[in-house]
Amino acid sequence: MTAVRCVDICKTYRQGDQDIKALDHLSIDIEKGDFVCLMSPSGGGKTTLLNAIGGLDIPDSGEVWVAEQRIDQMSKGQLADLRLANVGFVFQAYNLIPVLTAQENVEFVMQVQGVPAKERRSKSLAILEEVGLRDLEDRRPAEMSGGQQQRVAVARAIVSRPELVLADEPTANLDSRTSDELMELFTELNKNHSTTFVIATHDQRVQRYAKRLVRMRDGRIVDDIEQDAA
Amino acid sequence: MRMLPVLIRLAWRYLWRNHRRTIVMLSAISIGAWAMIFMTALTRGMVDQMITDGISVLPGHVQLHNPEYLDDPSITNRVSLTEAELETRYADAGFEAWASRVRVPAVITSERESRGVTLLGIDPIAERDFSFVDYDKVDGRFLESPDDSGVVIGAKLADTLDTEVGKRIVLMSQDPDNEIADRGFRVVGLFHANMETYEDTYAFIGKKTAQKMLRIGDTTTEVVFFGNDYRNVEPTYEKVAAAVDDSMRVSRWTEVDTYLGTMLSVMDGFMLIWVVVIFLALSFGLVNTLVMAVFERVREIGLMLALGMKPASILGQIIIESMMLLAVGLLIGDALAWLTVKPLESGIDISVVAKGMEMFGASSVLYPKLHMDDVILSNVVVLILGFLASLSPAWRASRYEPVEAITKV
Repeated sequence: MTAVRCVDICKTYRQGDQDIKALDHLSIDIEKGDFVCLMSPSGGGKTTLLNAIGGLDIPDSGEVWVAEQRIDQMSKGQLADLRLANVGFVFQAYNLIPVLTAQENVEFVMQVQGVPAKERRSKSLAILEEVGLRDLEDRRPAEMSGGQQQRVAVARAIVSRPELVLADEPTANLDSRTSDELMELFTELNKNHSTTFVIATHDQRVQRYAKRLVRMRDGRIVDDIEQDAA
Repeated sequence: MRMLPVLIRLAWRYLWRNHRRTIVMLSAISIGAWAMIFMTALTRGMVDQMITDGISVLPGHVQLHNPEYLDDPSITNRVSLTEAELETRYADAGFEAWASRVRVPAVITSERESRGVTLLGIDPIAERDFSFVDYDKVDGRFLESPDDSGVVIGAKLADTLDTEVGKRIVLMSQDPDNEIADRGFRVVGLFHANMETYEDTYAFIGKKTAQKMLRIGDTTTEVVFFGNDYRNVEPTYEKVAAAVDDSMRVSRWTEVDTYLGTMLSVMDGFMLIWVVVIFLALSFGLVNTLVMAVFERVREIGLMLALGMKPASILGQIIIESMMLLAVGLLIGDALAWLTVKPLESGIDISVVAKGMEMFGASSVLYPKLHMDDVILSNVVVLILGFLASLSPAWRASRYEPVEAITKV
């Protein structure tokens, strides 16, 4: 079953007088339960592709399908609903809401989804336990280290068990030990819950965990290989 | 609705994220709200006093006259009902107070001077509770009965006439046949009023004495009625009108004293304008605060949109933040206003400027009045205008593209 399908998508940004092709007639199918690593040099188009799959950015042409729905023609509200129900995001710069505690950050998506308070609380505490932050639930982001913040962001992305997790450089600001722990957590979720992961990264260590490596350059896929994950 | 708790929590936390800015803005709103309510209380007190004084001088809440009397207040235009007939119709009608009077223009003459005055023939017992004259503070004594043979004049008029208690004066007017009707009176009392104009204008004699002097039997020129609220005289008006036919004219006080009536409506409009003007000054600070609050969290707004929050919820969050700021500011401002107005309700002496104020019919002691209606009006106007002022920054925040907002440094 296809979790993500991109058909001949193009995206061009204008920078000064120059047009930059971030995605150039790119097509890709990602099956449900896949663990895909997008790799490219900076400006290769991996973040643009992630954003297009997550409905954060609309391609200039082509089709994007997520969870069997064509999303490139959806309204902002429909895209918000799709992200809320189907997609978990992990961003490079943690991106937590600074005025909420760790637990409230984790609960945030569930709260927007309308999950009852009791269920929210038990799920958020369980996931914080899983990412090793059970004792830091009442801390605000400014009171946590970078690694701890990223783990909270991961907990938030996966707590409502989305079918698809999109992670943009999730280990960029983490030390190697924390990076490994995070990737092992992703792998476990992928195995146990068939969550589809699409990770954009430069990090060579992350590649070891992927089942599929997609290399990009200048907005095109130049290499797409299956591999045995670590 | 399910988003409301999370929006309220976010709005409240963001409000206190930059607590210094919030405190500065809260202070501005509180002081603005205080100024609105305090000034309104002063103005309301002044207007109430002017109207209450004005009503107590003559009009009452509702008056009954001969249809010609208001245009030509002469003794020929009397109320066609006798006192006994008035008593039958109105004694048990349930008014707060009512009384019939003889009121005619007259000339008062002492051994030195003459002046034109308004002669009031009254029943001093019936008018005691609503008269502008405090009977107990009269130099000498006030009238004691409708057939009292003395005259009570204002202290200012006594100065002008160069007369005093115990001396005699002559009052002269016309009878219904246009013949001179005059009589000598001994001055039994000098009254004091909030305004010198009153002291200069009115001369009180007993109603029966006036009827005898003017040769009008037991008829009168006007009947005054009091309800319990000068702002709502309709129940009183309807009761009075129901008991007479078209040969009588029933008038509300706003029709009898159009100056006072106009003053009341002008002041009501002025208060609304005053509230709006203060808010306009505040709104610059409010909008600036909201714009800054949005600007410094563009990334977080982008993040919330990326996580699935709808633009409408972002809009709601900013508006709730603005409403919270205004509500807390108004609450503090209301409390401050209450704390400052209450101790002043016993009166502020403005005698330094009272001469000027008298021109507008205001007295030398101002009694601020905190009306709940005025507090509600200023609060509601501020909240509605605040809502409108916050729409623009809130709308801008909700229109961010998540992918652009999230990468903002």
